[in-house]
Amino acid sequence: MASTSFIDRRLGVFLALLAVVTVGVPLANTALSPESGLHVPTYMLSLIGKYLCYALLAVALDLVWGYCGILSLGHGAFFALGGYAMGMHLMRQIGSRGAYGNPVLPDFMVFLGYEKLPWFWHGFDMFWFACLMVLLAPGLLAFVFGWFAFRSRVTGVYLSIITQAMTYALLLAFFRNEMGFGGNNGLTDFKDVLGFSLSSDGTRVTLFVLSALALGGGLLVGRWITMTKFGKVLVGVRDAESRTRFLGYRVEQFKLFVFTVSAMMAGVAGALYVPQVGIINPGEFSPANSIEIVIWVALGGRGTLVGAALGALIVVAAKSWLTSAFPDAWLYALGLMFILVTIFLPQGVLGLIEKLGRGRREQPEPEAVEAEA
Amino acid sequence: MSDEVRGLKGTQLYLNDVHRSFDGYKAINGLSMVITEGELRAVVGPNGAGKTTMLDIITGKTRPDQGRVIWAEHTDLTKLDEASTARLGIGRKFQKPTVFETHTVEDNLMLSLAGDRGVKASLLFRIAKAQKARIDELLELVRLTSARHRLAGSLSHGQKQWLEIGMLLAQEPKLLLVDEPAAGMTDAETMRTAELLRDIAGKRSVVVIEHDMDFVRALDCKVTVLHRGAVLAEGSLDHVSANQEVIEVYLGR
Repeated sequence: MASTSFIDRRLGVFLALLAVVTVGVPLANTALSPESGLHVPTYMLSLIGKYLCYALLAVALDLVWGYCGILSLGHGAFFALGGYAMGMHLMRQIGSRGAYGNPVLPDFMVFLGYEKLPWFWHGFDMFWFACLMVLLAPGLLAFVFGWFAFRSRVTGVYLSIITQAMTYALLLAFFRNEMGFGGNNGLTDFKDVLGFSLSSDGTRVTLFVLSALALGGGLLVGRWITMTKFGKVLVGVRDAESRTRFLGYRVEQFKLFVFTVSAMMAGVAGALYVPQVGIINPGEFSPANSIEIVIWVALGGRGTLVGAALGALIVVAAKSWLTSAFPDAWLYALGLMFILVTIFLPQGVLGLIEKLGRGRREQPEPEAVEAEA
Repeated sequence: MSDEVRGLKGTQLYLNDVHRSFDGYKAINGLSMVITEGELRAVVGPNGAGKTTMLDIITGKTRPDQGRVIWAEHTDLTKLDEASTARLGIGRKFQKPTVFETHTVEDNLMLSLAGDRGVKASLLFRIAKAQKARIDELLELVRLTSARHRLAGSLSHGQKQWLEIGMLLAQEPKLLLVDEPAAGMTDAETMRTAELLRDIAGKRSVVVIEHDMDFVRALDCKVTVLHRGAVLAEGSLDHVSANQEVIEVYLGR
């Protein structure tokens, strides 16, 4: 049961751990010598930074799925759009340093014989504009999509299917060279951001810290939303949508708001992800990616925000390890992990941790007593 | 004919020749009815008589094929959706108790309190003293004061029915539509429910759909018998019980 204080135990512990990581990992990267056992190499720092972006994406999905019952199977699309918006800025920053040396056109455009910059690439040379687009592109798509879907009262499996179709359609569209987003190869060969080289340790550390701050911020925004009466209405929609309507709430407006906020959060995650991995391509729109986000949330503990972040970190870390240790078997391991958690841990990993924690303290929380009284 | 005279002034709800069919099946077939302000009315009828469809039409969940539903002498309800009819002052209790199971009893009432239902207002909502007092009052009324911090999902069936009635009252509606409130209740709870509904009527109009004849008798009000989507008989319980047609289609079975 949800606690009533803004920073409850669960969120407090997670934020504290996140703070330790935010300070500790960059310190271990820069202050410790490479010979030290605790040294974190830069590639590892960026890898963890990437995980933190995924965790933010999971929090975004949990906000709509865990609290409002909207099972989006297309959240990867919002992540990818945020990533593309940032990627476009990074492409423009390359300038004449590209292989073809064109000061305005990115390499792939020169290669494809573009005469001038497509209209939708204008403005992306400015960092603030790109940042705005990181929020607006996914936000607008979510708003328009949600406006039609929620107004028509598309719910449940049908909504999941059309979100999946949405990301698949974008996948196909972005694959096309004519779309003007680099087609199959996407956007890559980034050089620097705001004048800082993307390959320098300092920039890497900064991006890492920003990712951690974004995750913490996302958790706090999510916590605020879910603590308000608005958040309670969302849960009402999840559990008894018709009751909410008959109480006079316009359910579609509530869904639309939270869906749009969630898409923007996913966009921010994508925008921080791209400079750390150095590439964005249409693969990010693949339906399988979006389904994996659902697995993170379910595994970590749906409707808890912190659980979603935890689930993402566990799965992607396990994936990194398994793909190198058992390249042929990792998909089976992931599937097995998901099945086991669904069957044995309906509250997810977070639920298990909290149950064990309560058992150790050997005194149930006062709320729990009341709930059982 | 006295109904039609009263129908002009002090009419809360007026259904005029309403029709609705589903795939050729005439669920509502020329239904007309007048509910006056503050009236308590019981609606009975065999399964498939169109009772629930009638509530769906009044609340804007279902659009009628034909006919008018007039609210408080001027508003046509057939153009509105559920949220709009709720905002006008129609509260509806479902047959199966429908409360927010993962919220506490108190939060269930808080979400039901009359007030701005918008997104922004919900994000910025702070509960006022008067609203807190109203919740206390409602908890007392539906006898759930000691359960205020419990999750609604952990309540007994009868308690959920009561909580839902409390939520309806929190909306401060002008008309309550109550679908089988006594289902799954013990005899004592049933009688208490009848008493509660009688108390509510007078200040608000109440339409109760019910199968349980003891409960209808306890309500002690005008009874409308529905059959095949239209009114078969109307009047006191003794009056309709004596009606030969009513006995044939309903009571006789």
